[in-house]
Amino acid sequence: MSTESLRIVWIYPDLLSTYGDRGNMLILARRARQRGMPVEVMEVRSDQRLPATADIYLIGGGEDGPQALGAQRLLADGGLHRAVAQGSVVFGVCAGYQLLGTSFFAKGTRCAGLELLDFSSDRGPTRAVGELAGDVDPRLGVPALSGFENHGGRTHLGPGVSPLARVTTGVGNDGATEGAWRGKLLGTYSHGPALARNPALADLLLRWATGVHQLQPLDDTWSDRLRGERRAAVAAAARA
Amino acid sequence: MPLRAKVASSVSRTAAALSRAAGRGDGSVIGGWIGLKIDPDLLAHLSAGRAIALVSGTNGKTTTTRLAAAAVGVLGRVATNSFGANMPTGHTSALAKAGSTPYAVLEVDEHYLAQVLEATEPHVVALLNLSRDQLDRAKEVAMMAQLWRAALVRHTNVRIVANADDPMVVWAATPPPNHDHRIAPPHVTWFSAGQRWHDDSWVCPECGSTIQRSGEQWWCSGCPLRRPEPQWTVEDDGVVDPTGAWHKVKLQLPGKVNVGNAATALAVAAEFGVRPVDAVLQLGSVTSVAGRYAQVDRDGRNIRLLLAKNPASWLEAFDMADQAPTLLSINARDPDGLDTSWLFDVDFAPLRGRQVLITGDRAYDLAVRLEVNDVPFQHVRTFDEAVRTAPPGRLEVIANYTAFQDIRAELDRVN
Repeated sequence: MSTESLRIVWIYPDLLSTYGDRGNMLILARRARQRGMPVEVMEVRSDQRLPATADIYLIGGGEDGPQALGAQRLLADGGLHRAVAQGSVVFGVCAGYQLLGTSFFAKGTRCAGLELLDFSSDRGPTRAVGELAGDVDPRLGVPALSGFENHGGRTHLGPGVSPLARVTTGVGNDGATEGAWRGKLLGTYSHGPALARNPALADLLLRWATGVHQLQPLDDTWSDRLRGERRAAVAAAARA
Repeated sequence: MPLRAKVASSVSRTAAALSRAAGRGDGSVIGGWIGLKIDPDLLAHLSAGRAIALVSGTNGKTTTTRLAAAAVGVLGRVATNSFGANMPTGHTSALAKAGSTPYAVLEVDEHYLAQVLEATEPHVVALLNLSRDQLDRAKEVAMMAQLWRAALVRHTNVRIVANADDPMVVWAATPPPNHDHRIAPPHVTWFSAGQRWHDDSWVCPECGSTIQRSGEQWWCSGCPLRRPEPQWTVEDDGVVDPTGAWHKVKLQLPGKVNVGNAATALAVAAEFGVRPVDAVLQLGSVTSVAGRYAQVDRDGRNIRLLLAKNPASWLEAFDMADQAPTLLSINARDPDGLDTSWLFDVDFAPLRGRQVLITGDRAYDLAVRLEVNDVPFQHVRTFDEAVRTAPPGRLEVIANYTAFQDIRAELDRVN
């Protein structure tokens, strides 16, 4: 942590906040505060400079136009690149995941990504809409991913990143893998929002940001019930 | 009317009556579906000779349609699709069932506005608002505004009544810069009904710059798009008309949002020549709308039903609900949209301090949301359990679409 409080920045909620992305910010902040960490949360709009000194950066989902605009402004701003160079955590969802890579498609054209992670995205034959589940990379120590996806993209991972999960339900990157991570950067197609349905993923980001390896466990009764209910629904749909 | 249309219209009415008699629904869709199979132009034939108003937008269209139909009723009989069946089959059913009427006020699903404009050639179209709804399949908000704009450019003699407070609506109602100047731009009357939800209009649909806001004003920081001066506004519990006269609005419907809907209805009626002073008296006759706002007494509880389908309408529902025990019910079946992530776009903080009960297929999604929002709640399995759990007195029920219909069915399809 760079200062006495954990600083969380939500990048461009005016452009990239389509699928309950605020939830990821609220959940991270709440889980940090429940562990007694002071938290400072900043929503940085696309007409503002991005501070380079925060601990965690969140980028959400969005429509094509705002995604392309968001990538342009982040490239011009440079703040996120400086933050990553200093070891900050970045968590991108859907459009916000795609723009962390080398390129993505929006409004029919290839757009330059931030080149923070080694992958590129293009358009798939069909839109992926529905429940998304998968087994998370065991090195991350996180139980199965549970989420909902809604995107037309397909993401091709390069050798410089690892998939976040192996898909068991849904499409994710390409029907086989879902999401990507390297160092303290992680992206996923899962919303729901992702951290509401995967509190262990929120704690992973907090461990990365704070360097604290053992976080005090929290009461996750309702998230556990939600995960169980979704798992049962997915299994029932597979049987039908 | 051509013979084929006459036959189609008659068969359509019969099918609707059969559907109701069989207890399989209110017959507002099936009749139109059969009629359109026999004559695909049936809606156009049924529209001919009527002065028609269309009402479209993401939220408030069912209620505004009912209020506008009441207001236009000053002039004569009005056909309307009062059960919220708002696609062409529903319009066809409504017009066939009403028989010959001089007027019609039709609620139109926002995705079908272009098609229904084409078929009905209305006198006036009211554009209420555009915001996120059913994320897994609805068109993106900016794309919807573009479709509206393209459709309205093809119908320059329709009179537009549009919400000055919604940048997406204002943009859709304004001809594009390359509009052929030899064709007169459409006549637009602006109303201000307030807008609590701003999260789908921070980016200018014309130029991509940021929309700035201050009080009720908004403007684009990069192009001339800005809030037009509204001719109809809401002031206290009344409506100010374009002459500056204030009319007290006595509604049986709750909330400031419905005073805004009343302003829109008066503006629509005025396009037919109805004086607001005459129309305003009719608005108090509307009590509930397809179950919305209906009140039912059961086991000493006075249960009131509020429908909330998307983030913008949840904010309105919290405003309408009394400080009383509140049941929230959430489903995510096909008509609701399968994605529940919008729950995190709603701030449930207004419910703090009320007894909150939750139920529905997706109650656990709601539970996680409320926990993060610091809103204490209790989960109940059924509607009956909710009624038993709440103390005697008012119980507010706020539910999304199929959850609302489930509860309405428990209450004998209350209207």
